[in-house]
Amino acid sequence: MDQKALRLLESRCIQEEPPACQCACPLHVDVRTFSRCMVQGLWEEAWKTLKKTMPFPGILGRICDAPCRDVCRRKEAGDAVEIGLLERACVHTPAPVQRMPVLPRKRQRVAAVGSALSSLTAAWDLARKGYNVTLLEPSDRMGVYLFEIPDEVLPRSVIETEMEALFVLGVETVCRFSLDWDALEEIRRRFDAVYLGLDGLTFWGECDTGEPWPDAALTRISGLEGFFTGGLALEGNSFSPVWRSAEGRWAATTIDRCLQGVSRTAGREKDRPYSSRLYTAMDDVSVLPAITPQDSVAGYTENEAVQEAGRCLQCECLECVKVCPYLKHFGGYPRKYAREIYNNDSIVMGSHKANRLINSCSLCGLCEVVCPENFAMQTLCLKARQDMVGKKRMPPSAHEFALMDMQFSNSDRFAMTRPDPETGIASHLFFPGCQLCASAPEQVRDVYAHLRRVLPLKSVGIMLGCCNAPAFWAGDDALFQKEFSALKEQWTALGCPQIIPACATCYQMFKCHLPEADVISLWQVLEGAGLPAGALPLKLSAPPAIHDPCTTRHEPEIHDSVRRLLNRLEQPFEELKGNRSHTACCGFGGLMQNANPELAGSVVRHLAHQHPADYVTYCAMCRDNLAASGKRALHLLDMIFPSPDEADPAGRRRPGWSQRRENRSWLKNILQQTLWKESPENMEPYENIALSVSPEVQQILENRRILISDIQRVIYHAEDSGQKLCHPDTGHFKAAFRLYNATFWVEYSISENGFTIHNAYSHRMEILRKGP
Amino acid sequence: MMNPKGTQPEDLVWECQACHVNLVEGPVTLMYMGNRITVDLPQCPRCGFVLVSEAVALGKMAEVEQALEDK
Repeated sequence: MDQKALRLLESRCIQEEPPACQCACPLHVDVRTFSRCMVQGLWEEAWKTLKKTMPFPGILGRICDAPCRDVCRRKEAGDAVEIGLLERACVHTPAPVQRMPVLPRKRQRVAAVGSALSSLTAAWDLARKGYNVTLLEPSDRMGVYLFEIPDEVLPRSVIETEMEALFVLGVETVCRFSLDWDALEEIRRRFDAVYLGLDGLTFWGECDTGEPWPDAALTRISGLEGFFTGGLALEGNSFSPVWRSAEGRWAATTIDRCLQGVSRTAGREKDRPYSSRLYTAMDDVSVLPAITPQDSVAGYTENEAVQEAGRCLQCECLECVKVCPYLKHFGGYPRKYAREIYNNDSIVMGSHKANRLINSCSLCGLCEVVCPENFAMQTLCLKARQDMVGKKRMPPSAHEFALMDMQFSNSDRFAMTRPDPETGIASHLFFPGCQLCASAPEQVRDVYAHLRRVLPLKSVGIMLGCCNAPAFWAGDDALFQKEFSALKEQWTALGCPQIIPACATCYQMFKCHLPEADVISLWQVLEGAGLPAGALPLKLSAPPAIHDPCTTRHEPEIHDSVRRLLNRLEQPFEELKGNRSHTACCGFGGLMQNANPELAGSVVRHLAHQHPADYVTYCAMCRDNLAASGKRALHLLDMIFPSPDEADPAGRRRPGWSQRRENRSWLKNILQQTLWKESPENMEPYENIALSVSPEVQQILENRRILISDIQRVIYHAEDSGQKLCHPDTGHFKAAFRLYNATFWVEYSISENGFTIHNAYSHRMEILRKGP
Repeated sequence: MMNPKGTQPEDLVWECQACHVNLVEGPVTLMYMGNRITVDLPQCPRCGFVLVSEAVALGKMAEVEQALEDK
């Protein structure tokens, strides 16, 4: 990703866009921050917020007509926030003492004719930019109509104090300036630029300033060379003080640019009011009417102001962060994350701090669905992972366990492709997926038998193996291509049968990476071909809530099919708030569970808490992860192929990592033996080692992702080589063996029927050890 | 990076079954992702079998592994 691509991507996350009120304000006052300060009673901070963009806040804060109210989102749930009254309440408190930064003095001279708000603003801005500014007022008093505003609204003392700031900046003032054409020609000669503040001049009505420039609304360039005009606010409310002031500001910016010899318009698209791109959901906002001040002349009391400011919605988007515990966990939002991921890729020295951010995303795509601009974190994270693997910078621990599991599933211990055992042909190919086989191998056997019964021509083959999603999710393209090509070859050798995946992830992998294949989900097949005679609704205390696997997000036909199957089973069910295209991940997707197990735990709990009922789903990983979190969860197959041995399938525990492998091998063996009369695969010698593992130790192994086969190999090596330690008090042995990229340690004792395991752990660091 | 004190008194109670001697503390070179680190760990004075205790493996060693992975 280059800088340009990054900026394009960043611009699609709108969280940092200013809110509608700030965009609509001609002076772009940060109304949201102002309101936040007010609600917290931080009056000085509120003052400073106004002062950042508002010239003469003492004056404008009292007379601002608050055009922002027209676009205030609060209007949709009550009245617009009374920003004008809040400004007034704020500037009634003492002004904080604050030094205004001023640029070094320049040589150029600028005249501002008139001394109403637009001229005062132009003079203020230009003086702060270092110009020598002279205010030329035709009447005998600076400030003209400001003094006509009733004293209780705008006290004279305030006008005088605020204008004092101009004198501090060195602005010269001339009253009783005789304004006629000759005088204008004269000042044009004496000054480098002249601003005519039409809000304070009567002379102008009789004059012709020529055809205005096409960009005059912004630049305020008049038809007369060297003259700039503003203050009539013809596009806003012509009496709007804030519009009049802004026109003086826009003219001052143009004067500065013209005198600096730079483009007068470049980068000024957002000088004038514009529409905000910020999205703010209003679903959960309750209606609140505006606070009316008890004393309409004095305005809000401090208490009233705090209450009114409290009605400000503090507009922000965060639609994705609201629904995704992963996005919330890292404390930012996609725009920030895009920058962090870009930096992670760009740095040469130092720590790659975004590795965990990149590898923790479940790639489920919910953010893209809820984002008003369809920002897809999953695309960003997957691309970053592919780049990291390409540059050999992927932390080995991030995905290794899942990739080893994939390797197991694609090995002889599980992988198998066969046509129909009776006819030797395959017009259909059942692909149960490695995780369903790991979780419920008996059901897979039953599904296969059922498909062979109900589909015509006795030509249903089966393919056991992994769809290779783990390699794809890990960003390991080379591995994915290699393994997927092998799978494709076997499918081709069978005559390219229609593929029937039971798992939604497998379905997606085939659909995206084998587009030439005819792929149909098991659920759609069962809907068409019929259910077995034993299919039954379950006796649950309440209807279960249906959870759609995240990999079906964009598959409404599968969602419908599953619901129709439940109806056919006469199983009532509830819908989750986040269902179908808005479904949430269970924490397994994208290998989140590998890279960040703690976060995956919060993700599944977040899903489990959406509804109090038991869940029914149609992904083995979703079911098992929910079950592991303590949520009662069913797989749809528990109803279609109920097991007579399982009285409470919703309470079935998640099979552990080792059991999952055993289940896969069991399935392969049983199919081989019963359908193809083949002998089972040979066992490795270490597999004969009998172990006794208490449930507590079992949990430790599970958390540390240590397999029974790892332990068997350590003990086999230790007992074979004699290389082990012995504890004199307990009599326990401790041994280590390096497997794949980790060293496994096992503490064990010899028992009557084999070995009792007391503890096990591993580390990735290798011990470089010299001999004695 | 890694605290060189990787040995606790209880680690030295273990006896090497092959050599029938108690472990002693001594320098060991560890390697991960092309980086070498030398630390003191309990080991057999005869055959050099090194013990990495659970506390070291899941504590300091895991921290260093993480840091090196993100380097």
